[in-house]
Amino acid sequence: MDKNIRNAMAARVARDIPEGAYVNLGIGLPTLVANHLPQEKDIFLHSENGVLGRWVAALPGQEDWDMINAGKEPIQPLPGVAFFHHADSFGMMRGGHLDICVLGAFQVAANGDLANWHTGAKDAIPAVGGAMDLAIGAKRIFVMMDHLGKDGQSKFLSACTYPLTGLGCVSRVYTDMATLELTDDGVLVLELIGDVTAERLQELTPVPLDFSILNLASMAKI
Amino acid sequence: MINKLLPSAIEALADIPDGAVVAVGGFGGAGMPDDLIQALIAQGATDLTLVSNNAGQGDTGLAALLKAGRVRRILCSYPRMNGSHVFETLYRAGKIELEIVPQGNLAERLRAAGCGIGGFYTPTGFGTLLAKGKESRTIDGRNYVLEYPIHVDFALINAEEGDRWGNLVYRKTARNFAPIMAMAAHNTIASVGRVVELGELDPERVITPGIFVKHIVQRTDVAPAQQQVG
Repeated sequence: MDKNIRNAMAARVARDIPEGAYVNLGIGLPTLVANHLPQEKDIFLHSENGVLGRWVAALPGQEDWDMINAGKEPIQPLPGVAFFHHADSFGMMRGGHLDICVLGAFQVAANGDLANWHTGAKDAIPAVGGAMDLAIGAKRIFVMMDHLGKDGQSKFLSACTYPLTGLGCVSRVYTDMATLELTDDGVLVLELIGDVTAERLQELTPVPLDFSILNLASMAKI
Repeated sequence: MINKLLPSAIEALADIPDGAVVAVGGFGGAGMPDDLIQALIAQGATDLTLVSNNAGQGDTGLAALLKAGRVRRILCSYPRMNGSHVFETLYRAGKIELEIVPQGNLAERLRAAGCGIGGFYTPTGFGTLLAKGKESRTIDGRNYVLEYPIHVDFALINAEEGDRWGNLVYRKTARNFAPIMAMAAHNTIASVGRVVELGELDPERVITPGIFVKHIVQRTDVAPAQQQVG
């Protein structure tokens, strides 16, 4: 994915995180969100390996390999951080103390099912890390992903074909084409990105989409 | 007088028998007790069950233990980091058994063992491949999977400072699994960066009280902490 598109997605997610939220940013695309959180807003980051607060990437030459994030990259903590062991860290997730988890995904289904740990390939060595804990580990689970896979098919589906990470856990999906809110009454399109039209998005997505919010917004402009 | 400090790692690990369940702390390279792993290889125990978050990278540390053919079975959450080629080769050759455990389940199963809990219901993994064949239950409308404790014979961990009673403090994110592995194990050996006098550690700061620790040794550097991304 183009770097500018990735950053624009991260900026959209960051925009929707309110001050005071406790947030876990998953490995990969979601780590970019940290770069877009305004410093003046107190938003608390959680990393599964036992750190809570705010940090930035460590400067080259100042890496401390005892001070890393979940992606095992060296970080520089900012004032206010706290350290804790792994059982407490995952207790924060499982216990419902985190407000938002932002995760990457292979596939998401309209019912909120998430597939992001295994492609089902027979010869793949299984590795789950914290993916299944994170999937059930916050009040709201946001996913960031390309709308279309490398094969050109929608990654947002009526049912996942890959093995699931969590059932019915995703509440919002940010793609390079749209922001989708998954509700009991259907999939609401919150925004369209760039020059993507409602018709084009629906054509590419094998799930009925509800554009009524956008229609209301455009009526309000008139 | 009780003095849990031993002069060398090899003496601290002398009692590990073949077939033991050995937990090794660390998340990637942070908190990985490289000197204890090296001593374990030298000590020679084999047919081990290894409990650790990852399965080693490169050719040193856990990867060297695996390469030496000492591990029969491994419980971990993420064995597929960049550079985990030793594990991959053994796994594909059918020379090592793998139990994949979601990271939070790994932590809580260790904690449960340390706290005398016989099992617990967790929402993690419900409805997935990793819950297949496991008992599940709906409690107050939420679905849970039954998980059992992981009892450990020997835990090998890193700490920043320790005293002769085995009280420990850690450094930054090198803490990770160490406190719960210390609790889960019948015998915990801690490699400490600095041995301090009794009373030197502020009791309010002690993270692992000495009751969970059998021996401490002064850490010796086997290799500088290295980058382990992936």
